[in-house]
Amino acid sequence: MTSPLPATAKNTSVEEIQSIASQVRRDIVRMVHGCQSGHPGGSLGCTDYLVALYFHVMRHDAENFTMDGIGEDLFFLSNGHISPVFYSVLARSGYFPVDELKTFRKLNSRLQGHPTTHEGLPGVRIASGSLGQGLSVGIGAAMAKKLNGDPSLVYTLHGDGELQEGQIWEAAIAGAGKKVDNLIATVDWNGRQIDGDVDDVMPLGDLHAKWKAFGWDVLEMQGNDMAAVLKGFDEAKSRTGKGKPVMILMRTEMGSGVDFMEGSHAWHGIAPNDAQLADALKQLPETLGDY
Amino acid sequence: MHRPYGSGSLQPSNHQQPITNMTTYPVLDKKDTRSGFGEGLLEIGRSDDRVVAFCADLTGSLKMDAFAKEFPERFIQAGISEANMMGMAAGLTIGGKIPYTGTFANFSTGRVYDQIRQSIAYSGKNVKICASHAGLTLGEDGATHQILEDIGLMKMLPGMTVIVPCDHNQTKQATIAIADHEGPVYLRFGRPKWPVFIAPDMPFEIGKAQLLSEGTDVSIFACGHLVWKALQAMEELEKAGISAEVINIHTIKPLDNAAVLASARKTGCVVTCEEHQRNGGLGDSIAQLLARELPTPMEYVAVNDSFGESGTPEQLLTKYGLDTPDVVAAVKRVLKRK
Repeated sequence: MTSPLPATAKNTSVEEIQSIASQVRRDIVRMVHGCQSGHPGGSLGCTDYLVALYFHVMRHDAENFTMDGIGEDLFFLSNGHISPVFYSVLARSGYFPVDELKTFRKLNSRLQGHPTTHEGLPGVRIASGSLGQGLSVGIGAAMAKKLNGDPSLVYTLHGDGELQEGQIWEAAIAGAGKKVDNLIATVDWNGRQIDGDVDDVMPLGDLHAKWKAFGWDVLEMQGNDMAAVLKGFDEAKSRTGKGKPVMILMRTEMGSGVDFMEGSHAWHGIAPNDAQLADALKQLPETLGDY
Repeated sequence: MHRPYGSGSLQPSNHQQPITNMTTYPVLDKKDTRSGFGEGLLEIGRSDDRVVAFCADLTGSLKMDAFAKEFPERFIQAGISEANMMGMAAGLTIGGKIPYTGTFANFSTGRVYDQIRQSIAYSGKNVKICASHAGLTLGEDGATHQILEDIGLMKMLPGMTVIVPCDHNQTKQATIAIADHEGPVYLRFGRPKWPVFIAPDMPFEIGKAQLLSEGTDVSIFACGHLVWKALQAMEELEKAGISAEVINIHTIKPLDNAAVLASARKTGCVVTCEEHQRNGGLGDSIAQLLARELPTPMEYVAVNDSFGESGTPEQLLTKYGLDTPDVVAAVKRVLKRK
């Protein structure tokens, strides 16, 4: 299969990617502030992961989006509530106009509260929000790639609280059992969910041992250190094609990059007021121009 | 307005051609509709290599063995994990495949409703949800497996096409036809050996009702196994001088509004027959249409807010009021309301 896509999306340096991440974090807090609704905490925590994925790791074609994505690496956001970071990264990488970010969660917008294909937003290939479904979808898409002889990879992202859903573990069995080794799943391991710490709400136990026992190739990664993220992706990619799906357990801080949002679950799903927005933006340099 | 009972003569209507001029349908054979699915799947698998089949540990029950044997690379055994199966099927469409999922109707709908709603229907994925062992005629396994709510669950989902074929041959035709329909489909069929009366070469068109027998006194709209009961009732009624029109509504959504309205306008009263709860089923769809467009006296042959139980299919259809005498009685009730 021939592909016009480069080996990576862009040959970006760590500094360049960090610079993009700062702008994406600005977008996130501004979007959530703009509609006084949405989920900034997990979005900020996963910013480095998603920026690295879309601006360095994945081979993808933002200008010519197709649902099938033949010949492209695919990403599925399973924890759909962190839509602000997803939308910002999609817009900043060219899937749709950056200016459209201002419509987030507003009437007649393509940027629904949770991502959907229903409104035709380029870059989105599945609806998500009801948790636990994206790993199955990613496995199916990875199976389709194998059937098509397409060597590209499939990436999925999940919350750690999301792992309390039973379907995740059905998919964990299937991913290993069917040797879906063109899939790199990642868990946003921030230890927090809406009602509090994961360990208090419903402890997940030894996650590393669990995924390993299910037959996955497991690695851990610091998710808010861009150099570590890039290295982690390189390591994860090197483990594909070896008979096992790959799981990255990614340590992050909910609210990462905005000091008053870090350290608790409080900012999982609330919006900053005007003063809080100003405080947050002071911490996040505007690098690409606000929408 | 009361009309004299008709003679049962079969004049072609102006909206549809009857598929036969015989008042009695010969039983060609007795076969299960699930075997029609298995045969259809194999045939469409041979002609369209985009077709991929999933099964949740019921390959024999769904009659998917032949497909699995001939196309092992396109058959995915999902194990007993239906939620994951639905998600994988949604994912497989991304890449241009046409996945058919196979399991019992209960596990194809109620168990996985949110997966279907979000990952398939709302996401507009081209998944064919193929559901066997629907309704009371599952028989001895009892109410845990006898789903009677699935048509309602599925038809409420925006964009979902809902098809309930009436016999083996039609199930085979429908299984083949849905591959060419872009979008999610729910295809419902069953377990028991049942009279086969639809000719193998009879055209099947999604969304197009089939006029099986013309009549003038009452319109009987039926789906699935109960189409045969409706035809038997038609013959009983003819002996009593009542001319019943029997129309097979194999596609419940989108409903063939024109065919339903034309028949109801002609006969002036309606009976619906289905192996499903009265709430949410075929009759419910027809009642909505008639209430909006053409208020018409109507009776239902359906399960009335009850779970099923163990028994043979025929015993259960009798006990729960879905047998030929129940259709006849419903016709006689509705005729009094004209």
